[in-house]
Amino acid sequence: MSDNTVKITPDTIAEHGLNAEEYALILEIMGREPNYTELGIFSVMWSEHCSYKSSKKWLKTLPTEAPWVICGPGENAGIIDIGDGQAAVFKMESHNHPSYIEPYQGAATGVGGIMRDVFTMGARPIANLNALRFGSPDHAKTRHLVGGVVAGIGGYGNCMGIPTVGGECEFHSAYNGNILVNAMTVGLADTDKIFYSEASGIGKPVIYVGAKTGRDGIHGATMASTEFNADSEEKRPTVQVGDPFTEKLLLEACMELMATDAIVAIQDMGAAGLTSSSFEMASKGGMGVDLDLDNVPQREEGMTAYEMMLSESQERMLMVLEPGREDEARKIFEKWELDFAVVGKLTDTGHMVLRHKGEIVADLPIDPLAEASPEYDRPWVETEPAEYLATMLGEIAKSAPDDVLKAMMATPDLASKRWIWEQYDHMVMADTVARPGGDAALVRVHGTNKGLAITSDCTPRYCLADPVQGGRQAVAEAWRNITATGATPLACTDNLNFGNPEKPEIMGQLVGCIQGMGEACTSLDFPIVSGNVSLYNETEGNAILPTPVIGGVGLIDDISKAATLAFKNHGEFIVLIGDNFGHIGQSIYLSLATDVQKIYTPPALNLHRERRNGDFVREQILDGAVTACHDISDGGLLVAIAEMALAGNIGCKVEPNMVHECPLNDWLFGEDQARYIVTTSEEGAGTLIAAARNADVSALIIGETGGNAIVINQEMTQRGNISLDDLRDVHEGWLPSYMAG
Amino acid sequence: MKTAVIVFPGSNCDRDAQVALKASFGGEPVMVWHGDADMPAVDMIVVPGGFSYGDYLRSGAMAATSPIMREVVKRANAGVPVLGICNGFQILTESGLLPGALMRNAGLKFVCRDVHLRIERNDTMFTSRYTQNTAIRIPIAHHDGNYFADADTLAMLKGENRIAFRYCDGNGNLSDDANPNGSIDHIAGIYNEKLNVLGMMPHPERLMDPALGGTDGTALFEGLVEALAA
Repeated sequence: MSDNTVKITPDTIAEHGLNAEEYALILEIMGREPNYTELGIFSVMWSEHCSYKSSKKWLKTLPTEAPWVICGPGENAGIIDIGDGQAAVFKMESHNHPSYIEPYQGAATGVGGIMRDVFTMGARPIANLNALRFGSPDHAKTRHLVGGVVAGIGGYGNCMGIPTVGGECEFHSAYNGNILVNAMTVGLADTDKIFYSEASGIGKPVIYVGAKTGRDGIHGATMASTEFNADSEEKRPTVQVGDPFTEKLLLEACMELMATDAIVAIQDMGAAGLTSSSFEMASKGGMGVDLDLDNVPQREEGMTAYEMMLSESQERMLMVLEPGREDEARKIFEKWELDFAVVGKLTDTGHMVLRHKGEIVADLPIDPLAEASPEYDRPWVETEPAEYLATMLGEIAKSAPDDVLKAMMATPDLASKRWIWEQYDHMVMADTVARPGGDAALVRVHGTNKGLAITSDCTPRYCLADPVQGGRQAVAEAWRNITATGATPLACTDNLNFGNPEKPEIMGQLVGCIQGMGEACTSLDFPIVSGNVSLYNETEGNAILPTPVIGGVGLIDDISKAATLAFKNHGEFIVLIGDNFGHIGQSIYLSLATDVQKIYTPPALNLHRERRNGDFVREQILDGAVTACHDISDGGLLVAIAEMALAGNIGCKVEPNMVHECPLNDWLFGEDQARYIVTTSEEGAGTLIAAARNADVSALIIGETGGNAIVINQEMTQRGNISLDDLRDVHEGWLPSYMAG
Repeated sequence: MKTAVIVFPGSNCDRDAQVALKASFGGEPVMVWHGDADMPAVDMIVVPGGFSYGDYLRSGAMAATSPIMREVVKRANAGVPVLGICNGFQILTESGLLPGALMRNAGLKFVCRDVHLRIERNDTMFTSRYTQNTAIRIPIAHHDGNYFADADTLAMLKGENRIAFRYCDGNGNLSDDANPNGSIDHIAGIYNEKLNVLGMMPHPERLMDPALGGTDGTALFEGLVEALAA
């Protein structure tokens, strides 16, 4: 039975997530009432997830160009030139809703999807990262979600043989009912072997390859475009099921075919599966397309056109081949034991015509549907400015620095994430130079001495208090992470996770963050080349924190010059680069003060200072003037120093050397931006300080490495001595013991 | 000298093995697709890591029944050195070249980290460049590396001195803390009777380059080159 016998009623329309105006536009485009299959296709194409209808207006304001950008947003992934005829291809994408409903499969298919986005462009994936945000550790579901998501990411990436080299993991009650799973993949391609989705050539065959189509994931894109409620768990059947083994075969088969010149266009079937892939290919090339759904490889019997077009079964690709090359291509896919089917051809009609069992089951004009999708200028209000907090409040302000440090290093956000990344194969492909746990991962470009520095970052608590500063900070911190390795930041991808954009205050967060991001990208020459927007991250009306995650990629010409954060030698000087004002608002230190609940202003980000300090640090690293480098971020100066000490298993003495007077704890734990800690030999310190003065960069000697404890100047505090062993126990201990609980 | 790497659907350390063999043996290894009917004459064979056939049935079980493994068994029996790493070790046990089985890690989770291995003997072609009873640092990355053998088999392995590596701490001491997967008797790798087949869970091919943080894997391959040249 065809689904097209289903009558279109206002209820049917509403169930498809379309409002009255959108339906009126459909009637206008079609010139008639759509049938059920056509309505389904409209609903996924015009879903927030596929159409970016709420964010498009603002995304257009982001800087996307630089001389080294080969391809910006709009394709499957962004592409940058890394020299010697090679390109880095990368993107980040969310799989938030599915991961909450079914953590293992939701996260696994998120990883699988983003890898397909990269290899569909001709790039072999070389690194995965993931940015995870869970609810409060006290929440009943959190432990189960952490375990499932981490296992799912590992299960997929490990089997594919692509190293998972970095990421972040934070906890906050705002994510209790709506976790964030953002996955990023970086791939490597030859610049003359990049594949795009633009179809051309009337009569050329349209080919379906990969896994068979089943009923899983129908309406996944629509699910990702609405708020959650108590019934969301019933949506488990809309979560796709991943098969990394099939994806590994698909990767190898595609790479083998891509070495020939048989492919005209290729597009992976991700969200909205066959619908979105065929529409995008035809629409970009201004073509029409005829598909015969009887030829689609099917996993289940009796599938309707509606189900086939809306299925989000994984590990599938659609491509247009040069005529006459089908047999050659078929042989490759058969070698890898994958389905290969000619399912249609390109036409000059500008329409998508679907045939099933001898009938035309859908006939849709492509351009109006794909290009004329709704674009909203949603009302928004600026976030109320928060109050400035001059100095730390609450009981904890009186605590000794060593007690605060110990407490900080054991907080869920700052505690070691080793329990997570040891479940990921982070060394396969034998090019991982800097393993997880540092500022940015460093992955060698295979067969060369060059390296790509890769990171992901965002500080949602800053974005909540001041979206513009928070947006700036997310970009700046990703840039800083890359800089701290000695690499030059080149471009980034963004994953914008927000609540319901129909609420003006949420829309205001989105607008503010994008504004801040754009300013930082421009100032730092760090354009956005790809991205993803995930809205409606709300459960029962409670929105997540505004979370614009930035994934950054940088290049270092010689990996032997790269810096790591570990202290290297005893008796070296510790130098603070950048100004320390002891900014406490929205700091992790402040979050420890349970008796303070207000939101205060986050640290301001001076982009000029950020650029100047970062460029100086990078220059010093490449000149070999520093022995270790770490950027200062969450937790402030002393946390950064503690991480360096633990990584190198060398202690240190910290001498508070204040230019701007403030309480000691504020100086140690404030979160001013544009700062780094570097170490240098005693002889090198003078040269470094002089070079900093010439560059108008603030640089101060604040301590010395050595011993097996962190010692804070004895005169200022009677205590302040914490052994590395004790610190390591609390830092490494939190996550394993939480998960064992 | 000519070397070969066997490639199954789902192998994913085949390139790493290829790079390691090229660095130590010089020439390009032959990459042998599991479905290829014949493998040229080679001086040494690597069965690499990965997830052959997705490891969906049982790690290594499907690959062990593939036609190319019959050829690998034949060559091994004829004395050609065979090195099975990680999934390759699992395939060698499933195909009967080595005794015992690799079960799910005791911690039930995938584990990727550097571990220390004690060199149990250094008079084989795989370990001649190492010092007996010292510890080397090599990464592991597996979900099913918990070696098990029944009491008789274990007694035989010990009696015949066929344990190649044991998990240990940095000083070469055995302890449960240093055993990452619950393997019986801390076993990380074993030999066949003729000592020309070695199966090991750790990945020596991943630590052969100072840029990647260590070179303890190099001596295994260099020892082989030396032994085969003799």
